[in-house]
Amino acid sequence: MSLAQPSHTQGHAAPHTAAGENWAGWLHGWTTTVDHKRIGIMYVLMSLVFLVIGGCEAMLMRWQLAMPNNDVLGPEAFNQLFTMHGTTMVFFVGMPILIGAGNYLVPLMIGARDMAFPRMNAFGFWITLFGGLVVYFSFATGGAPAIGWFAYAPLTEHTFARSAATDFWAVGLIISGIGTITAAVNFIATILGMRARGMTLGRLPFFVWTMLWTAVQMLIAIPPLTAALVMILLDRQLNAHFFDVSNGGSAYLWQHLFWFFGHPEVYILILPVFGIISEVIPVFSRKVLFGYEFMAAATMAIVFISLGVWAHHMFCVGMNRTLDLYFAAASLLVSIPTGIKFFNWLATMYGGRIRFASPMLFAYGFLSMFLIGGLTGIMLAAAPFDFQLSDSYFVVGHFHWVLIGGTLFGTIAGIYYWYPKVAGRMMSERLAKWHFWLLYIGFMLTFGPMHISGMLGMPRRIYTYGPETGWTLWNQLATLGAVVQAPSYLIFIYNLVVSLKKGKPAGDNPWDAWTLEWSTTSPPSSYNFEETPTVHSRRPLWDLQHPDDPDWLYE
Amino acid sequence: MSAGTSIYPTPPPVVAERNLSAPQWGMISFLISEVAFFTTLIVAYVAFMGQDTVGPTPSEALSLPLVIGTTICLLSSSVVVHAAQRALERGNQGLFCLLWFGTIVLGIAFLAGTAYEWRELIFDKGLTISRNLFGTTFYTLVGFHALHVTGGVTAMLVVLLLALRRKVTHENQTGPELVAWYWHFVDGVWIVVFCVVYLTAVGGGG
Ligand SMILES: [Cu+2]
Repeated sequence: MSLAQPSHTQGHAAPHTAAGENWAGWLHGWTTTVDHKRIGIMYVLMSLVFLVIGGCEAMLMRWQLAMPNNDVLGPEAFNQLFTMHGTTMVFFVGMPILIGAGNYLVPLMIGARDMAFPRMNAFGFWITLFGGLVVYFSFATGGAPAIGWFAYAPLTEHTFARSAATDFWAVGLIISGIGTITAAVNFIATILGMRARGMTLGRLPFFVWTMLWTAVQMLIAIPPLTAALVMILLDRQLNAHFFDVSNGGSAYLWQHLFWFFGHPEVYILILPVFGIISEVIPVFSRKVLFGYEFMAAATMAIVFISLGVWAHHMFCVGMNRTLDLYFAAASLLVSIPTGIKFFNWLATMYGGRIRFASPMLFAYGFLSMFLIGGLTGIMLAAAPFDFQLSDSYFVVGHFHWVLIGGTLFGTIAGIYYWYPKVAGRMMSERLAKWHFWLLYIGFMLTFGPMHISGMLGMPRRIYTYGPETGWTLWNQLATLGAVVQAPSYLIFIYNLVVSLKKGKPAGDNPWDAWTLEWSTTSPPSSYNFEETPTVHSRRPLWDLQHPDDPDWLYE
Repeated sequence: MSAGTSIYPTPPPVVAERNLSAPQWGMISFLISEVAFFTTLIVAYVAFMGQDTVGPTPSEALSLPLVIGTTICLLSSSVVVHAAQRALERGNQGLFCLLWFGTIVLGIAFLAGTAYEWRELIFDKGLTISRNLFGTTFYTLVGFHALHVTGGVTAMLVVLLLALRRKVTHENQTGPELVAWYWHFVDGVWIVVFCVVYLTAVGGGG
């Protein structure tokens, strides 16, 4: 568990006990820490635990769907599983793993000694974890909520969801939402208020820039969800009528409120990954990031445009034609800044000396898969196409392609890239290759066939189907894909654990990278920098290594 | 060695940026999230305006004179808190504590007015949160605003205690400054609530 060498990061807590000798002291050190690096590590570990839980839920669903008319689970359990799988992956894997990465990296990358509010930072982590536990506590009410992760009204009303499971779900998400807001506030205050001397906004490492805008998006998108969840609780506990259609309430309002959060949420899950990819590709192509300013502007454009496209999730509700047209056009508009990013990454690689080490391998996985997920996204943004395929397995295939092919591949690229900094040791490249190919092939095999079964008419969230539908083969391929994927996660976790002790020592800057975090020891000391650095360009370490030809001459 | 390095280009001097402090950025960020939260509640209120089939309607239930009184309390408190900050800037600790206390009193007066209004609405007019859509959205919106006023009053009490113990002084104004920002925000929300809820009720809305 001690991902960081204890001698360096014992921190303020229990300095009198040597870690490893005293279990209680070690535990006390981690639970009371306010060090952004340890909090970041805990966020990532928590996310990995929830990733395994959510993955097991997915495996159970694939088992149920492997045969027509199968009954290993039954409809109730199946409904609970897809609800918990979606909720877990979005709120307790995707967001916290990226917040954790940001927590660890942002202060190091901007030359600060910690986040702006260290104690609030610890509070944010623990309350996020607590929210996850409250959501899972719903199982103790006799079964998890069976409402789907977007919890459409009136399913969440007391009439249809009589156990307290839905209440625990809502309370858990409100609690973890507070954690997300504290993290967002902390990121903005840190990035805007605590940069090293010379680290102007135009010189921010690109990952930091994307974390800044992710935080802005969290501030705007999470509170409406919180408000809507409060409305659910008021409906259920105090007989209010927000979504109670029999008393004039509106199921339609819930959809608007939820998707006003839900669409920006997918950008909360992908923008930091854009940042990770924008760090990895230049380092492994030995070139500067192509078109930094355009990339920066495209990030802002994505944030602002994506706040106005939410109802593309609602084309089948029966909005009027004007709204359909607006939301289709606005959604298509997002593809422009995203395309700019994509071509800039390709241009960064073009003519570079590319090293296919593990981070770059996963970045390549990201590029290839995110492209396809983006293209099916463009298809679904066209309202007439969506009328046909909304709520089908085509949609399931699409968003898993984006979230796994995009978010997960990119995040894993980041973990392989920064692990040597965090642990002081390299991960095994051989295991990384196994991890990559099993995941890459298994992932395509799982989610590729879903596009086809969706086009053949298979709706999402059904617990079984008959053999006459013609969906059997596609579902069996998907289940086979899940079986191929599963060991890749085990290999990854094994690699993470074993490399802690057995990995080659990393040194300060194993990838020959240029941002400030690589100027510290690996792992960094608890105060990060002995002397806070002064920065003259976007690549301070390049300037140090090449005083004859520094970057600031050209920026 | 120094002769060798001198052939390298020297970077231009680093100019210090004019910038807000991290706590200031933090409070601004927090207030942005609060704006998003209240906007959602206001959208819900407006979406259900006039949709009720059972009364009481806003124009039947709400009484303007009382609310004008509480509104004056709250809005004037923004002026008083500003004066308190000026006093602290000049180093007048005593006047600061007095004016700061005055703000707290005005905030509590607002809350008392709200409590009185709710008592009347619940027991005389029969408007509860489960009565109709107006009750549902009204109590949620006004209730969350009152909750924020309560939070502001609590924060101001903490600052007052710190000021009395000389932990908040002329040299250390961050606390009162950020709390004052929050207080102005709560006032601003109230202006919107007043217009959307009370003025439309008088205008015959609902
Ligand atoms: Cu969307």
